[in-house]
Amino acid sequence: MRKYALLMLLLSSIPSISQNCDNTLSGTVTDLHDGSLLVGATLIVAGTEKAVQTDMDGKYTISNLCNDTYSIQVSHPNCLTKGFTVQIKGNTSKVFKLEHHLEELNQITVEGKAYSNKSKTIFENTISKEELERFSSGTLGDALNSLSGVSSLNTGNTVVKPLINGLHSSRVVIINNGVRMEDQEWGAEHAPNVDVNSVGNLTLIKGAGALQYSGDAVGGVIVAEASKVPVKDSLYGKTLYTAASNGRGSSMTSQFTKSYQSGWYSTLQGTLKRFGDFEAPDYVLSNTGIFERNASLLVGINRFNYGVEAYYSLFKNEIGILRASHLGGAQDQIRAINSNRPLVINDFTYQINEPKQDVTHHLARIKGFKKFDSFGKLSLQYDFQHNNRLEFDIRRGADRDKASLDLQLVTHTLMLDLDSHLTDAINLKTGIMARYQNNFADPNTGVRRLIPDYDKYDLGIYAIADYRLNDNLLMEAGGRFDYTYMDVFKFYRTSFWESRNYDELFPELVVEELDNQILTNPQLNFYNPSATLGATYKFNVEYKLFFNYSIASRAPNPSELFSEGLHHSASRIELGDLRFNSEVGHKVSLTLQRENEKFSFSVNPFINTINDFIVIEPTEIQQTVRGNFQVWEYRQTDAQLLGVDFEASYAFAENFRFNHQFSLVKGYDRSRDEPLINIPPANTKNEIVYQNPAFKNLRLALQNEYVFHQNEYPDNNFEVFIPETETMETVDLSTPPDAYNLFNFNTSIDFKTTQTSTLTVGFGITNVLNTSYRNYLNRLRYYADDLGRNFLLNLKLNY
Amino acid sequence: MKKVKFLATAIFATLLFVSCSSDDDTPVEVNEEEVITTFTVTLAPNGGGTAIILQTRDLDGDGPNAPVVTVSGNLATGVTYNGAIVLLNETVNPPENITVEVEEEAGEHQFFYTLGGGLDVTTAYSNFDTDGNPLGTQFTLTAGAASSGTLTFTLRHEPTKPNTGLGDAGGETDIAATFNVTVQ
Repeated sequence: MRKYALLMLLLSSIPSISQNCDNTLSGTVTDLHDGSLLVGATLIVAGTEKAVQTDMDGKYTISNLCNDTYSIQVSHPNCLTKGFTVQIKGNTSKVFKLEHHLEELNQITVEGKAYSNKSKTIFENTISKEELERFSSGTLGDALNSLSGVSSLNTGNTVVKPLINGLHSSRVVIINNGVRMEDQEWGAEHAPNVDVNSVGNLTLIKGAGALQYSGDAVGGVIVAEASKVPVKDSLYGKTLYTAASNGRGSSMTSQFTKSYQSGWYSTLQGTLKRFGDFEAPDYVLSNTGIFERNASLLVGINRFNYGVEAYYSLFKNEIGILRASHLGGAQDQIRAINSNRPLVINDFTYQINEPKQDVTHHLARIKGFKKFDSFGKLSLQYDFQHNNRLEFDIRRGADRDKASLDLQLVTHTLMLDLDSHLTDAINLKTGIMARYQNNFADPNTGVRRLIPDYDKYDLGIYAIADYRLNDNLLMEAGGRFDYTYMDVFKFYRTSFWESRNYDELFPELVVEELDNQILTNPQLNFYNPSATLGATYKFNVEYKLFFNYSIASRAPNPSELFSEGLHHSASRIELGDLRFNSEVGHKVSLTLQRENEKFSFSVNPFINTINDFIVIEPTEIQQTVRGNFQVWEYRQTDAQLLGVDFEASYAFAENFRFNHQFSLVKGYDRSRDEPLINIPPANTKNEIVYQNPAFKNLRLALQNEYVFHQNEYPDNNFEVFIPETETMETVDLSTPPDAYNLFNFNTSIDFKTTQTSTLTVGFGITNVLNTSYRNYLNRLRYYADDLGRNFLLNLKLNY
Repeated sequence: MKKVKFLATAIFATLLFVSCSSDDDTPVEVNEEEVITTFTVTLAPNGGGTAIILQTRDLDGDGPNAPVVTVSGNLATGVTYNGAIVLLNETVNPPENITVEVEEEAGEHQFFYTLGGGLDVTTAYSNFDTDGNPLGTQFTLTAGAASSGTLTFTLRHEPTKPNTGLGDAGGETDIAATFNVTVQ
């Protein structure tokens, strides 16, 4: 108690110049290569008897230090022991970086200066484990949203798709534990099937920076990795529980790791998440509940010159879609848009009814590596993914409980990679990839297939080389070539087939003519080259400049090629085009970064020019017996996106920090000379954080998020006749909502429960002022306000 | 090394097996089960005589072709007609009568009749759900003075019941069909 009293006294007093020996040194020990936190690292203060170990979060605290210079030795079972000189001046914080001497399976490290499976010349944003834990009850998209330059395309608040520098869906590649996610990512209302709690380290690359995995990331790449397991005998784990007032639900996640000195290790992880209807400030958002169940298991052995690892994960998610968003024709759209409250508001319930989605994703992966002295390291990976997506609409009669969409997507991928160290300065990484994918749309739904049955074969080959000219300059060049073959069986409506002139253009595709449909067998080939060229220049310890130019080619996805019919969740008719070719993006980005404990920043302007950009936009109104529907057709055009992301962090006083983010992106259709749709408006986030490592690591953060009004948008409004009033009325689908300003607050404190376990208690409020707002990038913004105030309680136990 | 070799062989074998097992059967056709292609209103004069048929028919559902709208004749002043509505899905063979489903789920459906452009007729519901609220697949229509205008039929799924009309009915529109009608 006396110690606390003293500490409080100390904190409240003006720092004295005289020698005092009550200072603490605190911070984290991280891996030099990727910044991941090192657990169980030992810190010894030379000349004293002080020795501490980092906890489960890689944190340490050494107390009772004088204002002086100390030598500290930091060691870790996996790393080279290293000595550091630290000057103590008051309570000091310091991050120690250690270099691995053991080959890691999760991280195929070659040089030890940067990743080899990511780009070395594109500035990367990462989200720490600590930050990720704050999103435990949310989604992967919510976590990514906290990075500058990332927004999200939402369908309600539970389907959150990351949007990188204005691009999303098929243009954003998600790599989960070394596996490219194949989960019908093309749909705007299809969220990534990754449990945010299974991720130990999340990296964002704003560009086609991962040629090892793909050449088609026109928007960017998201790399999610599990936490590393140390090679030593240990057993540890954590449990995280979050309860939230909005949605009246909670989420629980646990993780256990057992590792052995022999190199064997295993991690078991599971998450259960259940929420009822969420609430806007003024009403219940009926049918927006969520029920998510995930589990994953990792088993492997890691030795110096070989290793094998097997990973399996199951992701199952049931998501309710706002009841008021399910509409008939254009007349319903008018009613819904003109009403400032949702047309359906029911009492709160945990029940998830139609319309809803039910997605199950299995992912299994096995990989191994072997090092050969003669030519480098050879890795082989096989992965299997099975995605089953069910979508339920409001239906009538016997079909009532039947899914309207039932897709099974099965993917097998085999990758062979070789890492070679040509000289001390040159690394070469090469590999080949073969992939087979089958999509099966169950005909028992009684609804025409949205995505047709197809077989897809991909073959890819790549080479990436980097050359370190000197200590300051690193150059990187890479190339990749992908061949895609699609064998598709698609039923077209005869009337559509003829209206598009396909009967004259592609008579050879017809397999069979039925009453009012035609069965066709398109066989499509796509050849996609991609490349990257870049350089990183280090001016000094603090300043770095990244330059990167990348070409990404993306084959059109099945929805862009084959859509043909009413898309219920969007209340519009969507039409694809069989004749599309690949879109090709050229992105130039530049980043200036300053790394400094007190003041750090990064500024990242970019320009992305995309030829044959595939965009969907409204073309006409179609009459049906159900009423009028707007027709949205995919077309190819030349697009350009340009913008800048800015980030800064300033420690303006002891334990206080100010964080700032600003992102701006502009998107234009260069052929038509008009703005692109769904480009995120400029936004800025400002945050004041107080964190005191000396006092139970108390952290208080107040955040403000300001989203501007999007003033550049295409006019997609149309008019419809209303019989009741006998007038033509405009359906305003275009006008973006007003700017909004949100405040969030969160706090956390650590309690040491036993020698080896820590309890972290957190409390947070989002949308503190209960502001009613609508987000331009929420597809349900026409029908309801976004989320109201939410109180969150987090409990985390590390053991 | 032996292990790695074995692994590689096993994986290749699996891949080969799986890719070969995908059969080349052509998929089966799906005919939209819930689509309404044909909406027919039969107006039978109370005292007998030729019925007036109002029909909108769109055989490709939400395909590119517009519905074909036909009105078989004009209404006669002062005559009361018994109206009957039939909904068909003609994409399947034999055509499916969707009116049956609508009547079975009467509590979740309601037709609305909207007059426009000075058409002088009055309508009244003839059938109701179990709660006594209107359903409207059957109705009566009484033609007033000579006039012409539009007659719109709207079918709402899951409306608020009871209601005072389209304005507060809510629900989703399953049918919205407008006919040009003349009373003479």
